[in-house]
Order: sequence, then C-alpha cells, then structure tokens
Amino acid sequence: MIDTILKLDGLSKSFGAVRAAKDVRLDLRPGEIHALIGPNGAGKSTLIQLTAGGLQPDAGVVRFAGRDVTQLSMVGRARAGLGRTFQISALPMEHTVLQNAVLGSLGQSGRVMRFFNSVMTDRALKERAMAALERVELADHAKTRTADLSHGQRRQLEVGVALTLEPKAFLMDEPMAGLGAEGSKRLTGFLDTLRHEAPILLVEHDMDAVFSLADRISVLVYGEVIATGTADEIRSDPRVREAYLGENAA
Amino acid sequence: MIREWQVNAAIMALLLAVPLWALVADEPFTITLTTRAVILALAAVGLNIALGLGGLVSLGHAAFFGIGGYAMGILAHHAQTYTPVMEWPFLIEGTKSMPLIWVTAIVTSALAALLIGLLSLRTTGVYFIMITLAFGQMFFYFAISWPAYGGEDGLSIYLRNDFPRLNTLRPMPFFVICYVILALALLVSWRIAKSSFGLALAAARQNEVRVRTVGIDPYRLRLFAFVISGAITGLAGALFADLNRFVSPTMFSWQMSGEFIVFIILGGVGRLFGPVVGACLFVILEHWLGGVSDYWLIFLGAILLLVVLFARGGLIGGLAGREVAHD
Ligand SMILES: Nc1ncnc2c1ncn2[C@@H]1O[C@H](COP(=O)(O)OP(=O)(O)O)[C@@H](O)[C@H]1O
Ligand SMILES: [Mg+2]
Repeated sequence: MIDTILKLDGLSKSFGAVRAAKDVRLDLRPGEIHALIGPNGAGKSTLIQLTAGGLQPDAGVVRFAGRDVTQLSMVGRARAGLGRTFQISALPMEHTVLQNAVLGSLGQSGRVMRFFNSVMTDRALKERAMAALERVELADHAKTRTADLSHGQRRQLEVGVALTLEPKAFLMDEPMAGLGAEGSKRLTGFLDTLRHEAPILLVEHDMDAVFSLADRISVLVYGEVIATGTADEIRSDPRVREAYLGENAA
Repeated sequence: MIREWQVNAAIMALLLAVPLWALVADEPFTITLTTRAVILALAAVGLNIALGLGGLVSLGHAAFFGIGGYAMGILAHHAQTYTPVMEWPFLIEGTKSMPLIWVTAIVTSALAALLIGLLSLRTTGVYFIMITLAFGQMFFYFAISWPAYGGEDGLSIYLRNDFPRLNTLRPMPFFVICYVILALALLVSWRIAKSSFGLALAAARQNEVRVRTVGIDPYRLRLFAFVISGAITGLAGALFADLNRFVSPTMFSWQMSGEFIVFIILGGVGRLFGPVVGACLFVILEHWLGGVSDYWLIFLGAILLLVVLFARGGLIGGLAGREVAHD
C-alpha cells in the first residue's frame, strides 16, 4: 500500500449558490507532484484554502501526515508541516527579503515569544533563511525591501519562505504566474528536484510546466474532479478534452 | 539626511538640557512642563507598541492611563487617611511609596489590558477602534459614578509620593525619575522591535495570513503587545497623577486616548521616538497657543493635517527619512 501524506476526502464547499468544491477526493503521495488544473473559477484556490485551513469545508475530511486535521486552524496545519505559497503574493512589504525568510525560520523554530533577543543576528535563524534564499536565487537581494522587488522576485520569495519551514508537503497556488518564460523554466527545474524533499500539490496554469512536471494530474471543473491520471491519460481523456483542454486548444 | 539615532539622541539631550537650564535660571514651572511632556511621551510610547508595531489602533488607552492614575490616587489616599484599601479577603494597606505604586499601576493596567485584549482582539479595523473606545468609556463612567474616590470631582493627594533618597517634592528630582523611566521604556520598546516577537508582530500588522502560514498565531502576538502596551501607559498614568497630585475621571476620557494617538501621528507612527516628539510638540503648543487662544486645538488640528499630508513618517520621518529596515 502506498502511504499518502495528504488526503482530501469528500470535501465540499459552497459560497451561496456557487458550489466551489463538490465531494472532492484527492491525495498526495511521497515524492510526487500532483497538479491541479482547471479553468478559471473552477475552485482550485478554494481547494488550496480548504486544505491549508483558510476555509472550513461544509463536508469532508482533510487528512495530513496520518491524522485528521479538518478541525485544525491554518496555524495548526502550518505547524503540522503544510507549506504553502499564494497565488497573489502575501508578504510583509515593508520588510526586507531576509526578514521575510527569517520570519519563516522563526515559525519553523516555534520560538516566537522571545522579547529581548536580536532576531536578525540569530545565527541559526539567519543561516536557515539564507539557505532558502540561496535556493530561490534571492540571496543577493537579502537586504532589499520586499516592496522594491519585481513581481517575479516576489513569486520566488513566496517559494523561499515556504522552504524555510521544511514542510512535509507543499501547496502551491500558481507559483509560475507572471514569472515569464525564463523564470518559469527555472522554477520548473527547481520544483522537479524539490518533490523529493516533500511532495507538491501544484495548481498551475502553465501547461508546459504541468505536463512536464506532474506525476499525476487532477482536472477540476465547476468544483468537481472530473479526472485524475498521468499526463498521458489526462491528455487523451475525452471528458477533459471536452471540458477543458479542448476549449484551451481551440 | 541625518540618521534616526542622531535625531533620537538629540531629543534625549534636549529633554535633559531644558530642565537643567530651568534649574539654573530658577524657572521651576518649565521643569514641571517638561516633566508633563515626558510623562505624556511615556504614555504614548506604550501605545506605540500596540499601534505602531502591532497596527492596533486602540482608542481606549486612556483606560490604562486612568487605571495607573487611580492606582496612585487610591493607594496614596488611604495612606494619607490611615485607612486600609481593603481588609477582606486579605489586608491591603495604602502606601506613599512610588515603586510600590508603580508596580500596582503596571500590574492592574496589564490585567485590564489582558481582559480588554481578550475581548476585542478578535475584531479588526473600525470594530476594534469602537470596542476599545467603548471599554475606555466604561471605565470613565465607572470612575464618575464611584463616590468612594471622589466621583466626578476626582481625588487630591496632598503630598507627592516618596522615592528612596530623593526629595520628590522638588521638581528636578521628580523630573529625573520620569526621565529615567521614559529612557527605560524606550529601551524596552526598541529591544522588543528587534526581537523575534517584534518581527512577527510587525509582520502580522502587514500581512496576517503570512504569519499564520508560517505557523504563528497573530492573536497571541497582539494580546502580548496589547498587555505590554497597556502596562507602560498605566505606569505613565501613575506618574501623571503624581505630577498633578490629583486624579480625576478625565484621565479616562476618550479625548485622552485621542491625544496619545495624535502624539504618535505627529511624531511618526511606529518610529521609536515618534511619541516623544509628538508629546513634546503637543505640550509646547498647548502652553504657548493655549495662552493666546482658547481655540488652540484648531491650530493643532491644522498641524496634524499638514503632517499627515506632507510628512509620511511624521516629524521623525521628516528629519530622518524612511525607516531603515533592520539588517
Ligand atoms: N470567499 C468567497 N466568497 C464567495 N465566492 C467565492 C469565494 N472564493 C471563491 N469564490 C467563488 O468560488 C469559485 C471558485 O473560485 P476559485 O477557487 O478562486 O477558482 P480558481 O482558483 O480555480 O480560479 C468562483 O466562482 C469564485 O467566484
Ligand atoms: Mg485561483
């Protein structure tokens, strides 16, 4: 039996009349990238939110690292080892790149309630932060204010902060958005190796990236998973072609 | 551009030089005026931890200021009438000792901040402002309607309280006490801003979801910030009451809370010395313009407007430029 790290079991969520998730079943296994694709408004971000604890499902269970985390808050799930990046960068803009990464290290260390230490000169925190920035190619910008970063660099920092947490699984909501061709290629290469540290549930619009990276792909349409399979299976699935890829190709 | 620490050092030096000059020139009122500025600055330094660092716009900090004031008033009142504060369940005597009064002011205002924080920090934005305002008003009306300690008329203390080996009845020693406490509070505030807690609190102000995402609970951060903040403002309340040898419900008034916010905006939100500059400017204007016209608050309003419109980062920002992120 393959042990799954993350398992969404029958998740449903409605916003008024909009059913953003309908009985979604999905899992994430060690070492894999599981891509989640679907047209705009299909409910991909909602599903990430339900998984991360930003939203409570109307029904269903989220299992993570061997336990039911449905009742856990976003903070609790982050501590349990869920690392996450946002579709729209969520970063303290007045802080430097390094401060953002140190914040991640601090969260990972769990030792936040220290009132008289000097956090930016803490060797252990700083080393962990710099190592993560190194990996997302932002080490040279450590002292730059986040507000002064380019859009693409903010996307890199999103991933960098998630790395400092050394999570058991990553949730990434469109990490390539706005990166440009070169940037997407580099991030694709990076995620390709990252999956061996922790599996990734990847929401992505960049189909080249998805089809080259994903071990499995799930297709979400109107809140429903209409197919899950390998890249080849998905490409040749008639329902997917009709509902999604077809209109994209046209 | 002058560096911020240089501006700060100059302010501290000036705050000491003015009363020293006044001592030589035999102008005791100037010493008292400077002491008033220092104490109001202390109150706003407290608020700045919640407001500047944590982004918590509290319109109820007069509650802590008043609690500190009444802690002094009640303890000293019982000491001068030789009656106990209470006898049951255990005996609490009044006291004229400043350190004991300060500890009482800090502990009681911290407890009040904990209670108010627990109940109000689940809300944000305008709701938080309104809830803190409501709590402040609750204390105000309670003080007015509590006849045991003077009600509306307040409570007079005949002699300033005691501090070991200092003659606190003279203006200069009392100034020095207040000045040292302000310096210590600034040191605490500075250390907190550089700490793990400070980094997380500032991050939560800018992007709450980010903080949650790295596994840190912003509510806990804000609660601690609010308690520390309230405790410092409470200590300032005790000193303020000692300066005037008088406490009254006006210390609880929402105008008082508003003034603390004005100090911070004038001086620079979140800047270490912002509240100090703001309070000094306020006291100077109050003294000079208040003598010229009863409508001096209109001038204050105009200056406030100018600062908000043209000097982002307040007067400190105008002097020392944008805040440098700590490395
Ligand atoms: N907080 C919300 N309140 C109301 N409707 C929402 C909310 N979040 C998402 N929706 C709706 O749910 C549907 C799915 O949205 P979303 O998850 O953002 O899709 P995707 O990420 O796939 O583009 C959309 O119809 C969207 O309008
Ligand atoms: Mg989305």
